[in-house]
Amino acid sequence: MKTIIVDETTEKRFRRRSIIAFIIFFTCVGAAWISWKWLYNQPLDNSIRGGIQKPLRKVLDMNMNVYSGLYSTQHLVKEYPKSMAAPKARVNGNVGMDEDLFDTATWKLTVIRAAGDTLLLTLNDLKKLHKIDVVHNFKCIEGWSQITWWSGVRFSEFAEKYKLTKECQMKFASLVTPDEEYYVGIDMPSMMHPQTILCFELNGKPLPMNQGYPLRLIIPVKYGVKNIKRIGTISFHNDRPADYWAEKGYDYYTGL
Amino acid sequence: MIWSGMLIYWANDVYSIKVGNTTIFKFFPESFYKALNIPYRLADGMAFHFSFMWLFMINGLLYVLYTGLSGEWRYLIPLKKSWKEAWLVVLHDLRLRKQAPPQLKYNAAQRISYTIIIIMGFGSMISGFAIYKPVQLQWLTMLCGGYESARIIHFILTILFVLFFLVHIIQVIKAGWNNFRAMVAGFEIQSEKINKDENNNS
Repeated sequence: MKTIIVDETTEKRFRRRSIIAFIIFFTCVGAAWISWKWLYNQPLDNSIRGGIQKPLRKVLDMNMNVYSGLYSTQHLVKEYPKSMAAPKARVNGNVGMDEDLFDTATWKLTVIRAAGDTLLLTLNDLKKLHKIDVVHNFKCIEGWSQITWWSGVRFSEFAEKYKLTKECQMKFASLVTPDEEYYVGIDMPSMMHPQTILCFELNGKPLPMNQGYPLRLIIPVKYGVKNIKRIGTISFHNDRPADYWAEKGYDYYTGL
Repeated sequence: MIWSGMLIYWANDVYSIKVGNTTIFKFFPESFYKALNIPYRLADGMAFHFSFMWLFMINGLLYVLYTGLSGEWRYLIPLKKSWKEAWLVVLHDLRLRKQAPPQLKYNAAQRISYTIIIIMGFGSMISGFAIYKPVQLQWLTMLCGGYESARIIHFILTILFVLFFLVHIIQVIKAGWNNFRAMVAGFEIQSEKINKDENNNS
């Protein structure tokens, strides 16, 4: 049987323990505050010229490793009946889409296999390949989404047909508009996904100018920002190629 | 998380409360955004959201783990009678009922809200991943009833967290200094009689 002591000693112990607890509490609050300030004032990442604090870029890149581990080309994006597709697909972003500077008649798709080894293709060359439809929920990084119907040729099939097997073993593809104003870098596993298409039709008709006529990328495993409109050049790299929105502080991977 | 979530939500702020065709409240008014410096910071918001989510998730899991292993969960799980008693707590706190409801370490209303908040935490985590990776983790998206519905769940849960927080702060202020001191220090001096009883039991 313990004895209960409620006297000066208890009172003293009580005060001491309370004070210690409060010192620890305020130290933790202070440490959290200082860490936050530190993080907020970190220099911006410039390895890919991003607009976010360096430590955050590190975490995003770490996230990329986590999610590319989850990634599987077997995970297909849900498809819908064509009747559910929006009759008018939403247009977002017009960087690299200046029509005055673009000549539809002379457009050719440039595929750089290696320095000095360049492939030039017309839209008709692409149309000879097997055409597929992708009717999916197109997701914008801003938070809206819309069911849309696109048609074109599988990038993986295109790569096989034009003997790009070696190039496609590299880690990234770079896609750039003809005027080089908009550009994306995409990891190769996502490019080789069976629903990633070089797209030339929307709702069964040729792409409208503002949707990237004559050829755009539809890559349902990424947010809209990676679905580049009006492809001029495709090239292959082992280092991360430049990416328009990553340079503005967005995640490079942006995989869904 | 809520702040960075706001930076993200701003980019497509479509939610509002409507009755018929009349909008009662739009999330959120322009002045609210301006006061908190929210516009045009989507990239910022995403970077913070997807970095700090790990911290909050680990913190939540550690809390659940500790509560489970230490046996503290016994004070926190609602009992059968808690559902009825919780009303008495609410009525008492709103000064509609004079008699104080039974109060152990936590009262009935506390038991219910501290348990629900954990479930909400899991809900935010699941709906969050359902929005974040709707292709690779599509089973989670399905679980939330689809992409759009996952977004709504995630949004509503956040609003509920804010409400919980407000009530929590008001209650702490109402309960006074000694309660706050006990929250920080983790112990409390009780009257001699109770101490004696506890010792006799052990």
